[in-house]
Amino acid sequence: MRFLRHHRITVPIAIAAAAGLALAGCSSGESTPDDTAANGDFAGETLEISAAWSGAEQTNFEAVLAAFEEQSGATVNYTSFGDNAATTLGTQIEGGSPPNVAMLAQPALMAQLAADGSLQPLSDAAVAAVAENYSQSWVDLGSADGTQYGVWFKASNKSTMWYNTDLYDQAGASVPEDWDDLLVQLQLVADSGYAGISIGADVGWPLTDWFENVYLQTAGGDLYDQLTNHEIPWTDPSVAVALDALATLWGNDALVQSGAAQRTFPESVTEVFGADPQAATMYEGDFVAGNITEDGNSVVGENALFFDFPAVNGSAPAVVGGGDVAVAFTDDAATDALMQFLASPEAAEVWVPEGGLTSPNNNVDTALYPDDTSRQIAEALTGAETFRFDMSDLTPSAFGGTPGQGFWQIMISFLQDSSDVAGTQQALEDAALAAYAG
Amino acid sequence: MFLIALGFLAPALVLLVGLVLYPILYTVVRSFFSAEGGDFVGWDNYVTMFTNDSTFTAIRNNVIWVLVAPVSCTVLGLLFAVLLEKIKWSTAFKLIIFMPMAISMLAAGVIFRGIFQESPNLGVVNAAVVAVNSAFGGGDAAYPGATPRGDAGLIDDSGVLAGETAVTAGDEQNFPLVGVRADSVPDGAEQAEPAGSAGAGQVTGTVWLDVVTGGGGTPGQIDDGKTGLPGIRVDAVAADGTIAATTETDAAGRYILAGLAEETYRIALPASNFDEGYQGVSWLSSGLITAVIILSYIWIWAGFAMVMIASGLSAIDRSLQEAARMDGANEWKVFSRITAPLLSPVLIVVFVTLIINVLKIFDLVYVIPPGASKPAANVIAVEMWTVSFGGGSNQGLGSALAILLLILVLPSMIINVRKFRQERQS
Repeated sequence: MRFLRHHRITVPIAIAAAAGLALAGCSSGESTPDDTAANGDFAGETLEISAAWSGAEQTNFEAVLAAFEEQSGATVNYTSFGDNAATTLGTQIEGGSPPNVAMLAQPALMAQLAADGSLQPLSDAAVAAVAENYSQSWVDLGSADGTQYGVWFKASNKSTMWYNTDLYDQAGASVPEDWDDLLVQLQLVADSGYAGISIGADVGWPLTDWFENVYLQTAGGDLYDQLTNHEIPWTDPSVAVALDALATLWGNDALVQSGAAQRTFPESVTEVFGADPQAATMYEGDFVAGNITEDGNSVVGENALFFDFPAVNGSAPAVVGGGDVAVAFTDDAATDALMQFLASPEAAEVWVPEGGLTSPNNNVDTALYPDDTSRQIAEALTGAETFRFDMSDLTPSAFGGTPGQGFWQIMISFLQDSSDVAGTQQALEDAALAAYAG
Repeated sequence: MFLIALGFLAPALVLLVGLVLYPILYTVVRSFFSAEGGDFVGWDNYVTMFTNDSTFTAIRNNVIWVLVAPVSCTVLGLLFAVLLEKIKWSTAFKLIIFMPMAISMLAAGVIFRGIFQESPNLGVVNAAVVAVNSAFGGGDAAYPGATPRGDAGLIDDSGVLAGETAVTAGDEQNFPLVGVRADSVPDGAEQAEPAGSAGAGQVTGTVWLDVVTGGGGTPGQIDDGKTGLPGIRVDAVAADGTIAATTETDAAGRYILAGLAEETYRIALPASNFDEGYQGVSWLSSGLITAVIILSYIWIWAGFAMVMIASGLSAIDRSLQEAARMDGANEWKVFSRITAPLLSPVLIVVFVTLIINVLKIFDLVYVIPPGASKPAANVIAVEMWTVSFGGGSNQGLGSALAILLLILVLPSMIINVRKFRQERQS
């Protein structure tokens, strides 16, 4: 109860302060000590932080927290909430004892908690730290209703196409410059007797990622946001452009390995990087590196490399991805210091050399990444002119997250028959109307 | 007295009300509310349920299930039970047939999904089908999947590769092909060579793999590093469709068709060179998926029906069968006039139990179909789960589907309860 009363009073003030700050540009704001973390004056204070990470990720993140403990003197306890962020945090908030800081993987959850008044806006100093270290896309993603709440600590890059260099070399194919060149290179591979690309379409999510990449490239960030929020209908001409582009590849039986509809996603990795590869290319996010390593027949960085999702119709570098955002639930100096620390390159640089972390922080020294592939992933992410969150994660789950229905299933149908663009758009619009209404 | 009775009934009553009655009533109430549960929407969920495509498929599939699965299981069970009575080692056979019941439905689903995979390398059914097919001479082509190089004046006429234009004796017809792996070219193959000029009554040419390993070369031209394709059959087809001459390519891919008259021919590489062979049946495709799932259901539940019927069989009065045999009835007559009627109470119980079971079918339909055929395989229970928990988070519609399921199951339950009561009274 004490917490509830406390935050009811402070939230409006904090929002007002932050809004005032936004209006006045970058004013000095309150007397937040600038270099709190370095002072080490939080000795005896204890902070609670939760995230979804466990195992190796937890160990690495605890090393990051240890660095903060050393600087500040505070004690930080880490708890993992696994896959149940919404439920766990909801219960804790209701019980009046949320953690000081939590890492959320869904921007929608952050927006919801912010709307409920559960989150603390970033302090002026933290806002300044974010502005210094992050590009605008990440600032926007960390904001809800114009107020900055979040610091993005971890990111993933879902705009990577993985290819088997053995098969590419044999076919004389090279890394494509753009979408049209991709079709040319895949044809070279097909000429050499292997399938150009393997798609695992047993479930629809890899296909929605395909669409999101092509749409972000062809339509740009603004239309992407509008489509995500269903402010423009799926029957919009921009969707037709993206589907037409996709159809040039998906509809070409000479390039796409047959049997996609019955292939699971891990199987499509094995088709390209397994002991007996049948296809040379596959598309999915940076986590494919893990699948390849697990399969064990190809080595990431040697014969398993990736290139950025090719530009369609001459678009600028754009990346679709995801990530984990740190948000604060309590309004005190120690929490604020931790948020500032998480926004600093030093925090990420503790974890980056250990592998498994792609930092969206522009000022992280990319030389620290443990290998070329992870460095390339990170550079593509921070170098992208446009970054957008995975659309299907932002739409209502009835539309963007249900096996056998909505976005997923319609993209499977479109992969099987890429001729009916208008019909696909109508089906998407019908599914979206039902889901956004519900 | 009443209080004492109530006291003894109370534990069971509390459990029944708390775990059966309350959930049912709550589901009925919930089905009249919106997805979030905040707004009263009247019959909207029920209207949606009967107007939306995926629920319609689900209901249709449930009808197919109810018509096919219980009958098949009961008939098979009866057959097994009656036949196994007559042989030695019947317990061992019964055990084997009953064994699938011991496997969880989920695991059985995974097994059947594997068995019916489309690729003959993965699915045992298609592997068998393809093996039988190739035993009868299918799919032994030397260069399966080869296609003509685009823009090289070649056409692919349902597997037959031919020159676009007709030729006359003295001409050359080359065949640059792609889509063949370098390592599947036979060992004896050599660097492709031009065939040289054709003599009188001859057509010559080269069939080669128009790909240089590692890239390079000009498409459609014989360059260094391109191998000839030996052993390909080449036909000269006359205007009337008869084959005027036939030959095979040599190690450098060259061929010479000789003995041709002064007329026009089409030079063709017959489909037998490139036939990829029979690839089996796409069992898990939308068209066959429900049949495959029902088959796996029968595999599991025929054993259950058999055990139930066998126990009924052991309880019937054997003297009636003996009497019929003494009167000269043949085995079929004994079965159809004596055994089956005596078994009918058991048969009806098995049948009705299976109907209830089939209406609620979930696991197999959830596990077996691959993504593309999920909508085609949908049943009410899966639809209910998907819309309420599987991402749809519309528990209003989900509750409405649950009520539909309840209403469909009720008649069979009533029949079963009546049946039990009659048995007790008689």
